[in-house]
Amino acid sequence: MANRPQPRFPEPHTEPFWEGAQQGELRYQRCNEDCDEPVVFYPRHHCPACGSDNLDWHVSAGEGTVYTFSVVRQNRMPGFIDLGAYSVAYIDLDEGFRMMSSVVGVDDPTTDISIGQRVRVEFEEQDEGDYPIPVFRPIEE
Amino acid sequence: MAQERQAAIVGIHEYPLRVAPGVSAMNVKVDSIRAALDDAGLKWSDIDAIYDAQDGEAGGGLQLAAYLGLRPTVLDTTQVGGSSYEFQAAHAMRDIAAGKCNVAVLSYGSTSASNRVAIGTGGRGGPATWATNMETPYGATLIANYAMVKQRHMFEYGSTDEQFAGISVATRHHAMRNPEAVKAMTDLQFVGVNEITPQDVLDSRIVADPLHLLECCMISDGGGALIIASAEVARNCKKPPVWLIGAGEATKYRENGGDITTSAGAQSGPIAFGEAGVSPDEIDIAMIYDSFTITVAVCLEDLGFCPKGEVGAYVEGGRLAFDSGEGPALNTDGGGLSSNHPGMRGIFLLLEGARQLRGESTSQVPDAKLAVAHGNGGLLGGTHTGGTVILAKD
Repeated sequence: MANRPQPRFPEPHTEPFWEGAQQGELRYQRCNEDCDEPVVFYPRHHCPACGSDNLDWHVSAGEGTVYTFSVVRQNRMPGFIDLGAYSVAYIDLDEGFRMMSSVVGVDDPTTDISIGQRVRVEFEEQDEGDYPIPVFRPIEE
Repeated sequence: MAQERQAAIVGIHEYPLRVAPGVSAMNVKVDSIRAALDDAGLKWSDIDAIYDAQDGEAGGGLQLAAYLGLRPTVLDTTQVGGSSYEFQAAHAMRDIAAGKCNVAVLSYGSTSASNRVAIGTGGRGGPATWATNMETPYGATLIANYAMVKQRHMFEYGSTDEQFAGISVATRHHAMRNPEAVKAMTDLQFVGVNEITPQDVLDSRIVADPLHLLECCMISDGGGALIIASAEVARNCKKPPVWLIGAGEATKYRENGGDITTSAGAQSGPIAFGEAGVSPDEIDIAMIYDSFTITVAVCLEDLGFCPKGEVGAYVEGGRLAFDSGEGPALNTDGGGLSSNHPGMRGIFLLLEGARQLRGESTSQVPDAKLAVAHGNGGLLGGTHTGGTVILAKD
């Protein structure tokens, strides 16, 4: 269990994403037009490549690689102030979108996380709030 | 393209204190404006343009106009974080060239230190948005965001902690020659107000991997002001004009598949250098926003001082020190790392650039002719702006 800050609503762009998280789905959008960069993320009402509003939601297989990361040693925010060192990372999902998240489930985040590491999503239940938070765990080879 | 000299910095002032309890941000702004006008030999009523980053307790350029008691013909409230002042200087250049105004004032006041604002390690408030709802659950501090850029840079190009530390070392070297920077570090209770070695940087604690404490800027009070005037006004001011000869603006943000090691400076830099008709190897003074070592490293590459990925080798050997004989001299006032960082450092880049080109710096480069001021606002590893201004000696 954890005590991360929850997404807040009403916020229409991200609501479908977080409804997905409640169902164990990592959702992203694709543009249905003939578009050079059809993968849309973070959630939006339009495609930032072509401006179209013809978008559909898809479900990611939840696997990707660590693009980069940091291990936070000091954070004064509630929910983090009492944590030990924890990671923040950009994950490149195999479907072609990059999301901020955290790599969890390692003994020591300062030594056990690396760029290029393969990771899989899991939905971390929270002490308070309705939304589990998608985080990533290294895939055992 | 022929270089044009239509607007110049004619008056400057940096508020001397970095810990100023009981002083309001608005007072820092107004005291600085008065002093900058005096430096220029201009009077209060000469101001006909206000550029304001919506800092100060009142908030917004309209409130500043009312507080100052002025009726400017240009009111520009561009707020793009720490690079706001480079954007505003660029706007003042073109507004003056267009004949919309003759005497522009830019000002900054902040009491971040006295208010204990945790800029780097605190949370960010505000309403939920399409972006915040995707990021706040992960506790990414501002420092962690920049640290992710350093992590990727080291991975991709083999740059080392020792090389990044050289940026902190050169900047502290300059700070120790600047009495206001020494007082700043003393008042903010720095551990060891002295010259530092790369090993000192590596031995300082890690705030967010792989950024060490001595790679991070201070959080101070402070502020300042500068006056930008038309060529006609500039010719009659007390000090020699420092000409604005080129400017560029750009934005960048997290993108699917994007390169986090390239900043908005890769777009704003070439625009500014192109307008100025000069190249990076002609630059004597590099005033680059040093929120962290990685910010300087990435921006040196993006502005074209060295190819992408090669900044580690470029800074090795101490070329960034004002007395290296190689140049460019980096942040000769002591930078945000060791002199002044209340949150939006962009104005100080222009102030020290102007000092150098007047011959007034405490780490003066002999016969400095060209300076670049490059501000980076927002999050280097996320949504940010880059503003580049090229300055020339009269």
